[in-house]
Amino acid sequence: MLNIVNKSATERNSLESALRMATKGSAVLLIEDAVYAATQGSVAAAKIQSAMADVQIYALGPDLDARGMTSRVLDGVKVVDYGGFVDLVTEHNCCQSWL
Amino acid sequence: MSDMMDDMDEGGEGVVKKFMFVNRKAPHGTIYALEGLEVVLVSAAFDQDVSLVFVDDGVYELIKGVNTKGIEVKDFSKTYRALEGYDVEKLYVEKSSMDARGLTEEDLIVDVTVLDSTEMANLMAEQDVVISY
Amino acid sequence: MKIGIMVSEGPYNHQASDSAYLFARTAIEKGHSVPRVFFYHDGVNNSTKLTQPPQDDRNVVNRWSKLAEEHGVDLVVCIAAGMRRGITDDILAPGFRISGLGQLVEAGIQCDRLVTFGD
Repeated sequence: MLNIVNKSATERNSLESALRMATKGSAVLLIEDAVYAATQGSVAAAKIQSAMADVQIYALGPDLDARGMTSRVLDGVKVVDYGGFVDLVTEHNCCQSWL
Repeated sequence: MSDMMDDMDEGGEGVVKKFMFVNRKAPHGTIYALEGLEVVLVSAAFDQDVSLVFVDDGVYELIKGVNTKGIEVKDFSKTYRALEGYDVEKLYVEKSSMDARGLTEEDLIVDVTVLDSTEMANLMAEQDVVISY
Repeated sequence: MKIGIMVSEGPYNHQASDSAYLFARTAIEKGHSVPRVFFYHDGVNNSTKLTQPPQDDRNVVNRWSKLAEEHGVDLVVCIAAGMRRGITDDILAPGFRISGLGQLVEAGIQCDRLVTFGD
């Protein structure tokens, strides 16, 4: 399962819910305002870091760039472009948007 | 149907997929719960393996004792009771979402299966199509 | 691979339609097909030709029309959601058509993946 999260973790609980219901070995892709969670010093950083033991975290590069956050990305978070986003969708049997 | 979809028709008939509708929003504040329910009713005509899940604020969609007269909108909570008539019988609620809102099964308008977060995660992982609001 | 898309928010207010468009365009560039984009909830507002963004801004509606024209993407506006929001045949931009919710379910059945972009 590819879990797609698009909202800031300080605005909504969608990241928290996605991580709570992400099975081991699944993936979480952060897009739009959700990318802030994958940056150093954010309140969600600890959640992202502990989740990385079981799930792979990805963040959409163009959304990081647009928000001036690219240099702050946490170690272990894989940054992908839109081509990588498409690949993630095709590589996983199903995807779910945590709106 | 447009010509563009013709290539999608091959092998389309008789396919039964696991469809899950994920409700995570409270009713009335936004339209997602109501319009989400409309998709579920339509999906029933397609003979798919449909599940509805209610997590986070979505559990508020199922609460008993609703009265929408004062806000002058339709009370669609009763429609959840009608789902059985459409052969939509798989309704699941996440326990921790209910706990976090001080709710139990007794507070809900329909019979549901209560799952813990791991069980819910496993159910989601089995699906072919997940539509969420 | 056939990838269906659902867009649940209108243009400009949310990033959803931009993200969906960039995803769709990239998927096509990579050799996948996007047979249908289904516009639901406020997403139906992506379909009106009356949209007039400032000259220096992207035109979200025209971009979808162009994708339909060049790559045969079926742009379907939900009739129930559209009627609620005043979207009728006479204001549809090129490439869009109005149809029922069954088109969303059908895209879920017939596509290999269905990706939702919303709020």
